[in-house]
Amino acid sequence: MALLEIAGLTKRFGGLTALKDVSLTVDAGSIVALIGPNGAGKSTVFNVVTGIYTPSAGSIAFSGASLVGSKPNAVAAAGVLRTFQNIRLFAFMTVLENVMVGRHVRMHATPFDAALRTPRAVREERAVTERARELLEFVGLSAYEREWARNLPYGMQRRLEIARALAAEPRLLLLDEPGAGANPAEKRELMQLVQSIRQRGVTIMLIEHDMKLVMGISDYVHVLDYGEKICEGLPERVRHDPRVIEAYLGKGA
Amino acid sequence: MTQRPKPWQIAGLAAVVALFLLFPVIDRNQGHISAVADAGYFLLLVYGLNIVVGFAGLLDLGYAAFFAIGAYTYAMVASSQFNVHFNFWPMLGLSACVAALFGVILGAPTLRLRGDYLAIVTLGFGEIVPQVFLNLDKYTGGPNGISNVDQPSLFGYHFGFNAVPYYYVYIVVILISIVLLSNLKNSRLGRAWMAIREDELAATHMGVNPVTTKLLAFAMGASFAGLAGVIYASKLTLISPDEFNFSVSVTILSAIVLGGMGSLIGAFIGGLMLALLNFMILPQVTNWTHALGAAIHNDAIANADLHYIIYGAILVLVMLFRPEGLISSASRRAELHHAQAAPSAAAAGVE
Repeated sequence: MALLEIAGLTKRFGGLTALKDVSLTVDAGSIVALIGPNGAGKSTVFNVVTGIYTPSAGSIAFSGASLVGSKPNAVAAAGVLRTFQNIRLFAFMTVLENVMVGRHVRMHATPFDAALRTPRAVREERAVTERARELLEFVGLSAYEREWARNLPYGMQRRLEIARALAAEPRLLLLDEPGAGANPAEKRELMQLVQSIRQRGVTIMLIEHDMKLVMGISDYVHVLDYGEKICEGLPERVRHDPRVIEAYLGKGA
Repeated sequence: MTQRPKPWQIAGLAAVVALFLLFPVIDRNQGHISAVADAGYFLLLVYGLNIVVGFAGLLDLGYAAFFAIGAYTYAMVASSQFNVHFNFWPMLGLSACVAALFGVILGAPTLRLRGDYLAIVTLGFGEIVPQVFLNLDKYTGGPNGISNVDQPSLFGYHFGFNAVPYYYVYIVVILISIVLLSNLKNSRLGRAWMAIREDELAATHMGVNPVTTKLLAFAMGASFAGLAGVIYASKLTLISPDEFNFSVSVTILSAIVLGGMGSLIGAFIGGLMLALLNFMILPQVTNWTHALGAAIHNDAIANADLHYIIYGAILVLVMLFRPEGLISSASRRAELHHAQAAPSAAAAGVE
């Protein structure tokens, strides 16, 4: 069953066409990779899906409901959460607080409850703290919960961003180059983490540069080049597709 | 993040509260009590603006407008101006609501602005509001303002011009404010404010609605000013537009920066310090230097108004030596010092 269905998606910035007639689907429970060379429009797909940009044409349906024109916060509330290519944590909040912010859409305490610390607010706050700690343990950051996010080394910041997104209980998690800047060992750990996230019932779409990396864990791969989808299929097939090889290595390679 | 206060913190807090409660008994000088009571309205303003600037990171340079709105709301319905005399106590809440409403009205057009741009627009609002009160003479008394504002009474006791009851009203209101604010700070909304301050785009992708979150900051911030305006107007019994000018907004902002952005204890210390400097210490120092000048027959010293020179020098010195403020939330300290600081030991996982 398709959880995310993108059809005919086009995004133009003035004269520049960043995405041209891109169609793709992400099945529930799968790990789908979106690959392509630099500037192919991979992050633009994420930015359109999460509501930073409105598409110039095309449709985006998330579990049957259109996301076109939804603001980022509404997209998050619908269950689509993301991480960013250039990590965007709340630098001067603690690691734990970062994850608790991620829980925002699943909380119900009104400002009134919060200001008066009603039993309901206290209960919720306790549950959220517990849940955030659980997620920190899941990504292996329990020891750092009282540090500011900015003090964590790069690799940990990536994992914190994932924990923050998971706190919202997403149905679809969009990971924008989670392995960027990581060494091979870190990348392997990360891919294990991605798989265990899937085991929690979260569908994952990830952008990755490194072909070898995605081949190991993806169920399905979409390839973008110059804003157009040039190929899709099972990892093994995509890897040997001449168009993909050309896009990555150039003509005649 | 919820952390239980440590015993010594509770003891310290109790000692400070006791000191303030006993102050009018210890020091029976009406002038002193009145000055410290006036620090009360200033502290409320500092706490209100701290929500907007410190928590949500929205630089507001026109905050005095809401103070004016609160004060005029009360003065118009509780004086001989229209010969209506609403009761003081419900007006505390009502004026706070009116100010909050204007917080939303003035906040709404600025939602897309940040930093310098937001500062300039709010600066404009800060100028417009007193001008409106100045020019609506029919309702506001124009440049003369509104006089004979009603003084409150409680259980048959009329406050009159005695500073002591006002002093205690401020203490109660400020204590309540501190409790409410520290609760809010560690809540869904408090974290949303901070998240917007740190990275608005990331915050919205975590489901934080930037519109309601910012408007709530403007509204709640303004409500403190509305409340402060009521007590201020009733204590002084006279208000006029020039009491709500730009320098008021800037002084409030200075207190927040001086005390430490985003910190409730810092806001208290910064606010109290600036208020006492302005209302009590510096006027006194200026009197002394005038007397000194007269005694040594030096006209220059006798006529010099040192008040704002000393005041300015203190601000400059604090900012030079503690750019993060006297009591800073730890994060601000890191932000301002991280250029010099070596990479934190945090990576080692020491807690």
